[in-house]
Parts: sequence; structure tokens; C-alpha cells
Amino acid sequence: MSEGPGHTGCEGCGCTGGGSSGNRRAARRGFMFKLGGGLMGVGALLSALPVIGFVLGPVRRTQKNQWVALGALAKFPPGATRFATYMNPIQQPTDGESIKTACWVRCISEGKYQVFAINCAHLGCPVRWFEQSKLFLCPCHGGAYYEDGSRAAGPPPRGLFEYEWKVEQGALLIDAGRLPGMEDST
Amino acid sequence: MRFLAGALAWLESRSGLGAFIKPLMSHHVPRSATWWYVFGSATLMFFVIQVVTGVCLGTMYAPSAAEAWQSLRYIDKEVPAGWMIRALHGWSSNAMVVMMAIHMLQVFLHASYKYPRELNWITGVCLLLVVLALAFTGQVMRWDQDAYWGLGIGASITDRIPVFGSQIRDLLLGGPIIGGETLNRFYALHVFILPGAAIALVGLHMALIMRHGISEMPRPGAPVRPASYKKEYEERMARDGVPFHPDASQRDMIFCGVCLIALVVVAAIYGPFGPGGEPDPTLIDTNPRPDYPFMWLFGAVSLLPPASETFVMLVTPGVIVLALFLVPFLGNAGERAPSRRPVMVLAAAFAVIAIASLTWEGLASRWSPVMNGWSALPTPAQFVRGRTPLEMQGAVVFQFAQCRNCHALGGSGGQRGPALDDVATRFTPEQLTRQVQQGGGNMPAYGKNLSRAQMDAIVGFLSTLTPSYETPAAIPGAMLPLPISSAEPAPR
Repeated sequence: MSEGPGHTGCEGCGCTGGGSSGNRRAARRGFMFKLGGGLMGVGALLSALPVIGFVLGPVRRTQKNQWVALGALAKFPPGATRFATYMNPIQQPTDGESIKTACWVRCISEGKYQVFAINCAHLGCPVRWFEQSKLFLCPCHGGAYYEDGSRAAGPPPRGLFEYEWKVEQGALLIDAGRLPGMEDST
Repeated sequence: MRFLAGALAWLESRSGLGAFIKPLMSHHVPRSATWWYVFGSATLMFFVIQVVTGVCLGTMYAPSAAEAWQSLRYIDKEVPAGWMIRALHGWSSNAMVVMMAIHMLQVFLHASYKYPRELNWITGVCLLLVVLALAFTGQVMRWDQDAYWGLGIGASITDRIPVFGSQIRDLLLGGPIIGGETLNRFYALHVFILPGAAIALVGLHMALIMRHGISEMPRPGAPVRPASYKKEYEERMARDGVPFHPDASQRDMIFCGVCLIALVVVAAIYGPFGPGGEPDPTLIDTNPRPDYPFMWLFGAVSLLPPASETFVMLVTPGVIVLALFLVPFLGNAGERAPSRRPVMVLAAAFAVIAIASLTWEGLASRWSPVMNGWSALPTPAQFVRGRTPLEMQGAVVFQFAQCRNCHALGGSGGQRGPALDDVATRFTPEQLTRQVQQGGGNMPAYGKNLSRAQMDAIVGFLSTLTPSYETPAAIPGAMLPLPISSAEPAPR
């Protein structure tokens, strides 16, 4: 390496030369560092994309609600409100028992139904039906609903969430999947 | 011996570990720093217990919604000492939250957060949030019915966030349902992200202690003056300070030792937390309850007026956290002694009383109906003795219409509504009829659900509920119009 004439002591920086060639080297290192930084930035962006996509995946909601059979109509006689369970159509491989889902089916009269989510409209605890007083009661904060799902007492801001239903080949089907929530409010 | 000394000297020359640790042990602390100063060390000790027992559990726990509950049962029942490891992990987590709260209260009351220790306080608040998040995600790890429905409550609260509520909820749950990905998400938080954050923050917290030194006990009339504080503090430490080890460390050691023995005793006697009922959401005969650190929140959410609920649930936590972060900036100079800071002492007292009473309310949870009150609690005999057949029939209707789920008789039953032992001294038969029929005052209307005959019977029964020494309620001048006093909207 060329030893420039105007060496003006630069202890500690480790350069062997000095003067203008030292400045050139410093400038080159500065440029290299910036270039490296740019490469890192591009690499970081490229590797961040799948990470962001992975983490935000659940919001993209690829799994939709589906029609699920609750069983033969005979299970839901007119005038009665019955407990029904189904396997959630939105499934993940490691769900275990947690995809088992419950709901309440009320048969108003032949061919007319109401299917209520098990989740209290207050904070989602499972409501229970009491045939004798014709009330749904929530064990958490005492939310109470009438037979038709409308709010009777307690903290819930609205009535019970309802599923859409249809009858096909003698069976009752509901449009189920997603945990019910404020989106279902009209 | 010489070999050992040589080996140590070699290790020191290559690692410099001793040179790193020595100032940690020998740095001067104020002579006045005595038993008030042990709570931070105890919090750290419980955190170490959490890491050790947590890693142990990590070798056995199956982080899968299909197997987590079974693996915990296996750890409890089959693995040698497994139940004790779980008990230590559970009780130590509660102890860590309590110790941290006491430590924070001490720092707040003594204004140790003032100049130059503002960042000590802020890293401490971050640690508080991380530890509470660890406690919540730890409850999810049990993957029992409390965990499932607790997540449901969290999801319902998140869902109420305006505009993006349901997206944020899905992000939290790892999908549109509480399922396999939910547990794994919380597992990643509980085992990787939050402990990592806690370790980093503890390191920073300790580095800041070394940088600024431990604050002295506050003295009235000795205000903090930022311009000269550091210089004066260092002079005082050089003149009057004592080395951390052994002058202060002895107290830390004794207190931590007592805490550790207490932890082991409590864990051995009371055992592990859960797991409760298996995580099958179709088993709805459940009564979800949060863990102790969140009992006060459960109480607060339950006692809020419904109209203000969404606003309070979403805004208050943010306001509280912001206020905690702002504490050192609202006054980082001046007096530190509690006697000269009455407003701050009152604020601390308010916080303690609020959290304690809300925890008490949460544990009692009088707002929760007794779901099997109607079928499990017999009508006390004194309320049916000597009654007419109609009144006795009324007692039957009262029982089977689930009235006991919310109303106590003879001291047993729900406490959501008032106890009815002496209801007839407060309500005339006409008022009773109106109340049962139309409801109101947070009671459902039973008009549609009871026949005329049932209504007559139940009112007949309720009209007999007076203590022997009191007369039934009556409207002077008899048949006046019935009062309409309910603020509740009329039932549909």
C-alpha cells in the first residue's frame, strides 16, 4: 500500500497509510457499510414478509362458516328448547375436544326454529336453559334471557346471538363456525 | 487447593467474571436501606423459581389443545414430584405478583422513582405488565374449562374494540374459534416471548440500580434537587454508605429464605392449581373463575353499570397503564417523604383499597346466580310450617321456577337478588304480583312464564314471609293504585 507523504497520526484506527489515501479508505469503508446496510435492509424486508404474513394469518380468515347438521327434526319437538352439540366446521389439526360446540335449539312451532349460541352476549360464558322458568341464565354475571333469546335482566347489552338455520332432508342445519361476536349484531 | 486456586485464577483471567461481579456485591448502599428494601429481591427469587419449575414443566407438558389437559393430569398423578413442581409454579406465580405489588407500593410511597431513577420505575412498570401477562397466559396453559371460558371472556372484551375488534380477536385467538392454534399462540407467549422480555427487563432494571445506586430512606425536609442530587448522593455513599454485601444482602437472604420456605410449605399443603374440568365446551355445567391476580378485574367488570361497561373495559386499562408510566414525570424532584406527599399516599391507599375490595367482591361473586340453587337447596322447613295448601304449592313453584338461584331463603341461595326471608314486610301482595309479573330492578318478568294459578300460589307463599314479630306490609287505606317504581324498561 502506498505510504502518503502527509501522514497525520491516526492512532488506533489501524490504518497503515495516511493523508488522502487514508481518507479514501475511510470513505470506502463508509460506503461499504452503507451498502451492507442497504443489503441488510432488503434482506430484512424479504424475510419479514413471510413472518408478518404468518403472524397475521388468522386475520385473513381463510376458513368460512359452513352449514352443519344438528340432527333429525324429531330431536327438536315444537314448544321445546333443547341442547344440541356439533363439531365446529372450522378445524385445526390439534383442536382436540375444543372444537365440540354447543347451542340451544328452540322449536317455536313445526318448521319454525331459533338456534341460539351457547355464549352469553355479555362476556361469552355458557348460558344454561331452565325449562321451568323459561329463562336462559349465565353463571358468570347473571345475565338472563327469555325463551326467544331477548335480554331479560343482567349486564348483557343485547339478546343471545342466533345462528341462521335451514331444514334439509328432515334435518336441522345451522350456519356455524366463527365464535359469535359483535359482528353479528345488527 | 493450589490447583483449584490456579484454575480459578485462569477462569478469572479469561472471563473477567469476578471483575464483573465484584462491584455488584461491594457497591455502597445507604445505611438507611433496611427491611423496606427486600421486596425486589424476593420478586426476583420467585421469578427464578418460575424459570426453573417452568423449564421442568416444559419437559413434560404437551402444548397441544388435544393433549395439554391430559399431560397435566399425567404430571400431577404419574410423574414423580410432578404435582409439587406444578404447585411450586402456581403458588410462586401468585407470590411473584404479590411481592411485585408490595415492591412497587414501597417505591411509590418512598418516591424512589424521582430523579435520577425515572427509568427504574418505567422498566418496573414494564415488568409488571409482563408478569401479569405471564399470569394470564399461564392460566391458559392449564387448558381446562376455566382456561377455555376465560379465553372466551378475553375474546368478548377484545371483540368490543371499535372497528377492528373482530380482527384483533382473531389475531389473539389464532383464528375464528378457541382451538388448537389458540393454545399454541399463548404457549409461545408464555414460554418464549414473555420470559425473554422479563429477563431482558430484569437485566435492565438491575443495570439501572447499579448506575444510579439504591435510594435512601426518605427524610422529610430532604428534597431531591436534580441539579446537585447525583454529586451529593455519591458523596454521602462514599462517606456513610455500607457495602451491599454483606450489610444489605444479609436481609435479602433472610427474607428470601423465609419466603422460599413459606412457598414450599404452601405448595406442599395446598397443591397445584387444577387442571379443572376437561376442556370440552359442550360441558356447560361450569362456573368459570379467573385466577387470583385477575379477581379484582372480574369484580370490576361485574359491578360496572352495563351502559358504561364497554367504555370502561376498553379505556380504563390504558389510562391506568399510562398513569403508571407518567408517575415519575408528574414530579421527579422535591420531597420524597410520605408525610410531605399526602395526595400520593391517598392515591396509593385508594389503589390498595380498590383492588382489595374488588378482589373480595370477585371471590364472593354475589352477582353470580347459584345455578343449582333450585334443585340442590331444600326450602327451609320454617318457611312451609303451618302454611295453607295454596301457600305450600307456592313454595313448590318458588323452588321450581329457579327463584332460589338468585334469592336466598334462610341464608341459602343466590345473592343476586335480595334475600326474601321477610319480603312480605316490604311488599304488599299486589306489589309482589307486580314484581313477579313485570320484573324490573334487574329481575326478569315472569308474567309469560307462570300460569295464573302458579302466580296466585307464589304470591300467597311470598306473602307469608315475615318474621313472627313483624306485620305484613299493607297499603294504608287499602286499594290504592300500585306504585310503579321500576326504572327498568317494560319487558317485551
